[in-house]
Amino acid sequence: MNDILLLLPEFVLLISAFVIFILDLLWKKQPEKAGMFPVLALLGSLAAFAATIFLWMSGGIRLDIIATDSGNQVPMLAVDQFALFFKAYVALTLAFVSVIATDYIRARTPFRGEFYALTIMAGLALMLVASSVNLVMIFLAFEFLSITSYLLTGYLRDDELSIEAALKYFLYGSVASAVMLFGFSLIFGATGSVDLVGIAQGLAKADHTITTFLVFPSLVLIIVGLGFKIALVPFHQWSPEAYQGAPTPITAFLSVGPKAAGFALMARILTIAFPAFAASANVSWIVILSGIAMLTMTFGNVVALWQKDIKRLFAYSSIAQAGYMLIGVVAIAPQYVGGSPEVVGWPQGLNGLLMYLLAYLFTNIGVFAIIIAMENKTGSTAINSYAGLIKRSPYLAVAFLIFLLSLIGIPPTAGFIGKLFVFGAAITQGMFVLAFVAIINSVISVYYYLGISRQMFFTQSDDTSPIAVSGPLNAVVTITLVLVLAMALWAQPFIDWTTNSAQIIASSF
Amino acid sequence: MNIPFILSLIVFLPLLGSIVVMFMPGTKEKEIKNFSIIISLFPFILSILLWTGYDYTQGQYQFVQDYSWIPSLNVRFHMAADGLSIPLIFLTTLLSVLSFWYSSRVIKYRVKEFFALFLMLEMGMLGVFVALDLVLFYFFWEIGLVPMFLLIGIWGQEKDRPQYSAIKFFLYTLVGSVAMLLAFIAIYLQTGTWDVTAIPAMMPFASNPTLAAVAFWAIFIAFAIKVPLFPFHTWLPDAHTAAPTAGSVILAGVLLKLGGYGMIRILIPFFPQTFRYFAVFIAVFGVISMIYGALVSMAQWDLKRLIAYSSVSHMGYFTLGLAAAVYYGDPESQIIALNGAILQMFNHGIITGGFFFLVGVLYERTHTRDLKAFGGLSSRLPKYYAVMMVTAFASLGLPGLAGFISELLVFRGAYATMPAIAIVGIIAIVLTAAYILWKIIQYVFLGEFSPEKWSKIFDVKHWSFGEDMAPFELITMAPLVFGMVLIGVYPSVILRMINHASQIILGSAY
Repeated sequence: MNDILLLLPEFVLLISAFVIFILDLLWKKQPEKAGMFPVLALLGSLAAFAATIFLWMSGGIRLDIIATDSGNQVPMLAVDQFALFFKAYVALTLAFVSVIATDYIRARTPFRGEFYALTIMAGLALMLVASSVNLVMIFLAFEFLSITSYLLTGYLRDDELSIEAALKYFLYGSVASAVMLFGFSLIFGATGSVDLVGIAQGLAKADHTITTFLVFPSLVLIIVGLGFKIALVPFHQWSPEAYQGAPTPITAFLSVGPKAAGFALMARILTIAFPAFAASANVSWIVILSGIAMLTMTFGNVVALWQKDIKRLFAYSSIAQAGYMLIGVVAIAPQYVGGSPEVVGWPQGLNGLLMYLLAYLFTNIGVFAIIIAMENKTGSTAINSYAGLIKRSPYLAVAFLIFLLSLIGIPPTAGFIGKLFVFGAAITQGMFVLAFVAIINSVISVYYYLGISRQMFFTQSDDTSPIAVSGPLNAVVTITLVLVLAMALWAQPFIDWTTNSAQIIASSF
Repeated sequence: MNIPFILSLIVFLPLLGSIVVMFMPGTKEKEIKNFSIIISLFPFILSILLWTGYDYTQGQYQFVQDYSWIPSLNVRFHMAADGLSIPLIFLTTLLSVLSFWYSSRVIKYRVKEFFALFLMLEMGMLGVFVALDLVLFYFFWEIGLVPMFLLIGIWGQEKDRPQYSAIKFFLYTLVGSVAMLLAFIAIYLQTGTWDVTAIPAMMPFASNPTLAAVAFWAIFIAFAIKVPLFPFHTWLPDAHTAAPTAGSVILAGVLLKLGGYGMIRILIPFFPQTFRYFAVFIAVFGVISMIYGALVSMAQWDLKRLIAYSSVSHMGYFTLGLAAAVYYGDPESQIIALNGAILQMFNHGIITGGFFFLVGVLYERTHTRDLKAFGGLSSRLPKYYAVMMVTAFASLGLPGLAGFISELLVFRGAYATMPAIAIVGIIAIVLTAAYILWKIIQYVFLGEFSPEKWSKIFDVKHWSFGEDMAPFELITMAPLVFGMVLIGVYPSVILRMINHASQIILGSAY
């Protein structure tokens, strides 16, 4: 296959973004045509999704795009099935976000074209992050992602919360980028290589001093940088403000896209560049990450208990959910602490991570579609504005309840399958403490998730006017609802997809 | 008669009904009520067909349905019924029909939601009794949680703190079930199957008693919370008191049985030796539940709360019988103890279910449940008095009524395998008689009837059903009273089936 074809999804997004930018200029005098932008964005995302699926079906092997650098071939991007899974994920996210943003953005800002173009650019950055296999490329893609995210967070420039959120995000983000870059430089110093496979080879030859004094600090710094993007505790401080202040469709995007890309990158860097340090005696990223995972879910869940604003609540919820996902990365290693020899084939942790991410995508997009529908009607994001929702819109209330059950992990919802996979992976690895902390956290989370349903079903509200939901939002709620249920009741296709996508990384490990 | 997919029909007809109700316009309350009653009759009729179609010459599991569901995890859609589950399925469908019938007269607001949720709840409960795949079992186990949560929260009485009780119920149950899920996964990782019928032969963790104990307790606690066994019972009085009448009936009548059913269906076959090892310990907690529940009942002044605590006491008999059945002893006594335990579940379902209906009857008239407010009602409500007397005597174990048979079997079995504990347990029978005769019969029905007090508590505003029990209330209670008498005088009608199951379960485990 022609190399350039391998970047088809990226090109599709790039072209859609530029078409929107140009039309935005051309249609400056015809604001009535602005309604076309979300349609264009949706079409572009769907086309990118189709292109990704086409590549996924045709590419069974790892395909590297090679950039020539003074005679040495340095791999920059991998278009393997792992990366393609995340590209499809990103394309889906973009499609959903363009639809749920339609009414929200129309009501709040006249500058609509740029919004969709920037969102697509952020999606493009995510795709690049997911396929990068080279420290330079990783850093560039990450910065690309960060800058577009800052812009989108502060997009409502008359809204002080939005500006504050963007500034905070920017300050934290810059520090995190610098920290990660420093980590990259240390590892480059230790191995003389910037591509992940080269680093692994260099580290295999490195002596004890280097591994102790360079690898450990660089590993920690890289995890800090990634942890910032994913919003792992203690690198999460930006996320509540950013989630609350950002335009709600962007909150949906941030809670799903960058998190997934961060995990993709984390899995790739750790397994390809640092396989020897998964559980070695002096440096073990499995130990570091399991500590972070426990901290993240516990902190996220406990702090969420006190939240009064639904966007902020879902910021903490998404921190907690990242903790569960991290179990998938932690339990990646085959049999590192003497798992039972009779263990039958349980899908590996990475597979669980992908399943969890899929479940989380469907659920969270559904949740934010409902939050936007409510915000459009009531103008409020306070949790008590959901009082009596069952009277005002029975469909939204029931759908929201099912999404909340999915986030808790109660069958028959996607979240249950996700939890089943990651918990199972943890037990396969003999990580009982981690699994135990995770289930305790699932129970804690019940209190705040059901706190929302308590408002919706038990509390009466003075305002009983019905909530009219626009067609596009309704469609997103319905589609995600069907997917959330389908993923539990008819799980096999999803499992096949994630298993095949995870294999390439899992087998190289 | 052989109906294909009979178990699927029983489980999923209520789901279908629930979906239909959701799409019916909320203003057509009468249609919704009638439709729900009719749709709930189908599983009831089918469960009678299960009972009559059960073949005693065949092996344990009948009416089998077994299909692949999630191949890569080896999860199967495996359902079957046996002598243990058929009586419980019958109990569930019967109490559901009665609950729909009763609720259609007393539920006044948010009718559509009530019936949609109740049908969903029925599906979850029935599913647990027929699922033979651990994942499928877990699905149904959790599905029932949400409707019950909403039933308590929405239709509970304001003064009973329904929201608090609803969340408490949900949290308690979920704590247990997530631990159970981990144990299920661990069992699967060891045996490679989720199939309840195949796992016993592979003896999970037989080589490692510590792991076996951990897995056993993870699952046991999940079931013990549901049963509920002391000290995991604290959610129960709140939930039972706050729930609407039909919700309390189903909670006491069926939801508590899910835990007991799980112990017999899963714990005995999977961990026979571990269960036996801890049997005395568990029996002690059973006896504590019996005595503690009875003592706390005696101290209550709220009639509904009193009956809620009596559930703790009565399910303690079940636990004692179960522990005696798995302990060392002659096989005959073990089987008798298990028969007693299973029959106790069934009896508790119809007796306490009946009690909650009767409390509802009184509450609809007076809007109070304070025992001090009543007195002398025997002359004013003679029909009510008669029905309550039968139920109360069945509950305290009067010979000739259902409760006596199961208690007799439990103590007969327990006395043979663990005599000391059984003797201590006898105290509970005395205490039960005390709170039923003293608190319920005396405070509600006996004594001087004072017209002054009468006019104070009997609010004319709520006086919708006439003075004594209305025909629809009598019809609700009729099958339950009939069952109490029938089992009391002719227990073989149900014991034959239970005995068949007990023999197979204990025979293959020990």
